[in-house]
Order: sequence, then C-alpha cells, then structure tokens
Amino acid sequence: MSSTPAVPLLQVKNLRIEFPTRRGNLTAVDDISFDIAAGEVLGVVGESGAGKSLTGAAVIGLLEPPGRIANGEILLAGRRIDNLPFEELRKIRGREIGAIFQDPLTSLNPLYTIGRQIIETIETHLDLTHAQARARAIELLNEVGIPAADRRIDHYPHQFSGGMRQRVVISLALAANPKLIIADEPTTALDVSIQAQIITLIKKLCREHGTAVMLVTHDMGVIAETADRVAVMYAGRIAEIGPVAEVIHSPQHPYTIGLMGAIPSVGDAHERLAQIDGSMPRLSAIPKGCAFNPRCTRVNDVPNHRCTTERPELLPAGKTKAACWLHVSAAAQTDKQAVTA
Amino acid sequence: MLAFIARRLLQSILVMLTVGFIAFSLFNFVGDPVSLMLPPEATQADRDEVRKSLGLDKPFYTQFAVFVQNALQGNFGISLRLGRPVSQLLTERLPATLELVGVATLLALLVGIPVGIYTALKRDHWSSQLLLTGSLIGVSLPNFLIGIFLIVIFAVWLGILPSFGRGDTTQLGFWSTGFLTVSGLKAVILPAVTLGFYPVTLIMRLVRSEMLEVLRTDYIKFARARGLSNQAVHFGHALKNTLVPVITITGLQLGGLIAFAIITETVFQWPGMGLLFIQAVQFADIPVMAAYLCLIGFIFVTINLIVDTLYYVVDPRLRMETSSAGGH
Repeated sequence: MSSTPAVPLLQVKNLRIEFPTRRGNLTAVDDISFDIAAGEVLGVVGESGAGKSLTGAAVIGLLEPPGRIANGEILLAGRRIDNLPFEELRKIRGREIGAIFQDPLTSLNPLYTIGRQIIETIETHLDLTHAQARARAIELLNEVGIPAADRRIDHYPHQFSGGMRQRVVISLALAANPKLIIADEPTTALDVSIQAQIITLIKKLCREHGTAVMLVTHDMGVIAETADRVAVMYAGRIAEIGPVAEVIHSPQHPYTIGLMGAIPSVGDAHERLAQIDGSMPRLSAIPKGCAFNPRCTRVNDVPNHRCTTERPELLPAGKTKAACWLHVSAAAQTDKQAVTA
Repeated sequence: MLAFIARRLLQSILVMLTVGFIAFSLFNFVGDPVSLMLPPEATQADRDEVRKSLGLDKPFYTQFAVFVQNALQGNFGISLRLGRPVSQLLTERLPATLELVGVATLLALLVGIPVGIYTALKRDHWSSQLLLTGSLIGVSLPNFLIGIFLIVIFAVWLGILPSFGRGDTTQLGFWSTGFLTVSGLKAVILPAVTLGFYPVTLIMRLVRSEMLEVLRTDYIKFARARGLSNQAVHFGHALKNTLVPVITITGLQLGGLIAFAIITETVFQWPGMGLLFIQAVQFADIPVMAAYLCLIGFIFVTINLIVDTLYYVVDPRLRMETSSAGGH
C-alpha cells in the first residue's frame, strides 16, 4: 500500500466469543485485541482449541451458532462490522474480506464447474457482464498457476488434485479483490511438498494485490516464512504478539518459549525435542489467573502467587507484547492500568 | 456411460426373466387347467388332445419359452373371469392408474420438496416443528384410513368431492383421460391426496435431513464466505446436492405407488389396474395376475433404469470416464 492510513485495516477490540451450554457459558475466546495493517500478514498460532479459527470466523461473521460474540468490537477500516445486519455483512464477505479454508477437497461444490463458482462470486460483487466475469476468472486462474486456465475453467472440482484445488480456492478468495483474507489453516490438508508452493503463492499474490492476511495455523514454520507479525494464542487468549522475527528469536512468554523449543531443526538432530508438559485446559476448566499457569515452569518466579490468582494483561515485554507476570516489574505492582498497550 | 447403460439393460432383462418365471409358476399353483376347461365327463383321449393343443405336454422350459415369447408380444392369454384378452383389459385400466399415480407423485414433489426445504432452513421455528410432527401422521397412518377420513370429510360432510369412481373420461386414442372434464378432475383429488400423503411426508423428511446435512458442509460455508446471497447458497448450491437421494426415493416411490395403488383404488373404487388385480385375486384369475405381476415388474425396472441415468445428469463425478482427470 502506497499510503499508510491512520486507521489499521482490521481492528479487533476486546473480542469475546461464548458458547452457551446448559451448564453456563463457555468462553472460547476471551478478551482479545489486535490490529492488522493494510497489506500486512498476521500469523495466528496456537494449539487446537486455542480459539484461533473462531477468531477468524468471527471476523468474517461466520461463527456457527450457538457460538456468538459476547463482547467486543470488530472494525474494518474504522467501520464497525460485527453488528451489521445480515445483508450488509454479506456484501463485505468476499468483497472486502476473502476466506480460504483448510480443506480444498471439500471447499468447492462438487456439482458445479470451478468456472461457474468463480464467475458467480465475481458477479455477486463486481458490476461486470458475464463475458467480462469469465475473462476475469480465467485471468485469476492463470494468476494462481492453473495451467491451460481457459480450458480448465470448465472442469469440475474432482478433476483437480488437492494442491490445484487449493489454488482454485485462493482464486475464489481473491475474485473480488478483497483487502483482507482470512486463511484458516490453508496448507494443513495438503501434502508437505505442496504446502510450500501454496504458501509462496498466497504470499506473492497478497503482496502484488496489497491484500492483508490473517493466517491461522498451528505450523510455526509457515508463520516464520510468511507472516510480518505473529499472535500466539493459548486457551482463548493472546499470550504474545509481536514482529515475527522477535517472537521466534527472543520469545518472552514461557508458552512461546516452549513452542519455539518444540520446533525440530535439522542442525541439532540428535537433541531431544523440548516439549511442554500437560495439555491445554478444557474450556470449562480454564484455571484462574494466567491460563498457562499449571504448565508453566516459572510460576514460582513470580511473587505473591500472582500467576494463579490474577490474569496478566498483554503488555510490552522485550520487543514484543506478552501477557505474563514475569514481565511486569515488581514496582509496577497492580498498577497495570497506567501502562497502556 | 454407454457401457453402464448396456450393463444395466442386461441386469434389467435378468430381473424381468425372473419376474416372468414367478408369474409363469403361478399357473401351476391352481391345479390342472385342463380339468378346469373340460367337462367332468371328458375322456382321457379328449384330455390328452386338449393338453397337446395347449402345449402342456411339453417340458416346463419349453412352456416357459412360449410364455415369454407371448408376453413379449403383449399376449397374456384370456381372463378366466371376464373372457377377454388380458392385454386388452390392462390397456383399458392402465391410464386410470397412471393418471392417479402421476397426480399423486406431482403432489408429493410439489409439496414435499418446498416444505422439506422450508423446515430445514427454519429448523427451529415452531411452524417447522408443527409440520414435522404432522408428517409423522403421514408416515404412520395407513393409507386406507386416510382415504376413509377424506371421504367422510369432503364427500359425506361437505359434499364437495365425489367419494368413488373416475368421473367422466375422454378418449384420446387408446388412452382414456379424466383430466379434460370437471367431474374427472374433481374425482382424482381425493384418491391422489390419499395416495400421495405418504410420499409427501417421506420426501419432505428426506429433503429436510439431506438439506441439513448439506448446509453443514464446507462448500456451503465457503459459499457463504464468498458473500453469495442466501438464495444462491440455498437453492443454487445446497438444493442440487440433495437431489440424488431425492431422485432415488422418488423413483422407488413411483414404482411403489403404481404397485400399491391397489388399496387406494379399492377404497375409492377407482377403475385402475389395482382394482382389476384385487378382483382377479378373488376369482383366482391367474392370467390377469400373471400379467399384472409382469407389468409392475417392468415398470419398476424401467423407473430404476431412468433413475440411474438421472444420477449421471446431476452428478458430474459419475461422468468421470468422459473427461480426463487432471493433476499437477
């Protein structure tokens, strides 16, 4: 983007997602806030159930009931979108915010040609004639690297391989030239050899189009390769957020440190991989204080049992921001309101 | 595609031969036809003569071959009860049954599919719950009971619709239709509703459950994420994916309706094949029963063949062999 707007493209403020159940509300995403600037790639990592996909679904307004946004705001280019009526929100989907889902094998309707699906998306959002829409569809398919696009456009999804189908899905997400793409585990269902191709493609296309990306994944390698910034989620909260190089090379939150230690590298092949003992708590049993405290090795380094009693805020720590009492100086005490993020 | 149809045709012929054999076997259950045809005082020589002239002295497979040969020409012999060619009787009765079944099927599709979609899209609305509960009645109440209820309400109490018969019919070539006269149209309503009640509820419940299933799929979620309108998502993407099972069930039901129109036809004294069959059973009119069996078998086989072909029209994945699969 040539000019940097004062307002970030996407602002998520104090978002809370709840699932009402008979035994009370389960909070799946608890009070998270982050921004994505125009053209920026934000990686969102975390274990399964950390709330990363839900956050993506909430942004695009596709939370599946009974899940609901209980609190907070989502703003797109300064305009609040989480409380829009259905029709208004529908016009934003695809047009302003595109989506790429995990499984390319099931993302496309098997009964229609890929051309029909791309053209219908273009025609829904852009004021083009059918012939123009078709020309644009072929152009898009070319762009995502489908060979012989003018012929392949009339083929059905089952006539494409998984990697090719994900390319089609990407062309669908880009069909109306959105400003933001929510990519929810875009490579998880693919062969390892194809993953890199797809990631490179998403990165390249978004740079060319100036599209911002919210890249949801549990693959730290993908994040390292693609993202500008990264948000690490744990039990519905952001544990740490910051520029990708900083988070990878000097993580501040014990959970992030654990995550980084768990990435195998070719260099030290004979070393045992570090692992974080225990598992993420169930939504119905998130511990008091810091959600990570039962697994954290450094609980005892913080005085006054703060880790088990008080929830830490996301505050500057090193060159990133982390939600951890270790990084709140003893002098600051509970004076956390004074330090604004 | 052609290989598939050829294979299916071959299977169909096998099925028809089996049905034909069962129909043919019927003749052996009612005793010796010769003793039925000749007076008790006939001599053994007379009997042998008749037996020979009827071909009954030949081994059973030769007899069966003759039966099949005749059946292929539409010749099923003479009705014992009415003394007329069976094929002629069936041709007379066929239009009545087919018109009744046609209206009932149309009713089943035109009501069942929209109501099914409605109850799937508004799954938590009270009206959907009501329709769903109501449909249980259709599934569980026996056909004749519904027919009798309808007669009581619309023919006896309200007196607006006839309780029996077909009304006035018009002859179009060999086909006698009740669709061209007011009384004919009025007469078809109650039997068609009675006959169509079960398939309406069946198709409705089927469309509903299929629709709910499809609405959960990733491609529907993705279609929504692309910002398509609800109409495009529901009717463009979801509905078409529910069609394969609906076609199957409708096909099977159509065959079933023709075969089991017997009860409805009896309740409403509808002059169709079912009524003919019931009367044939009462009089042990074997030629009619055998011919009816073959005809119903033939209709079932034909419908199944059409249904299988329709799958190809709906689902491109089955058309694989006509186009090359692509890779990287």
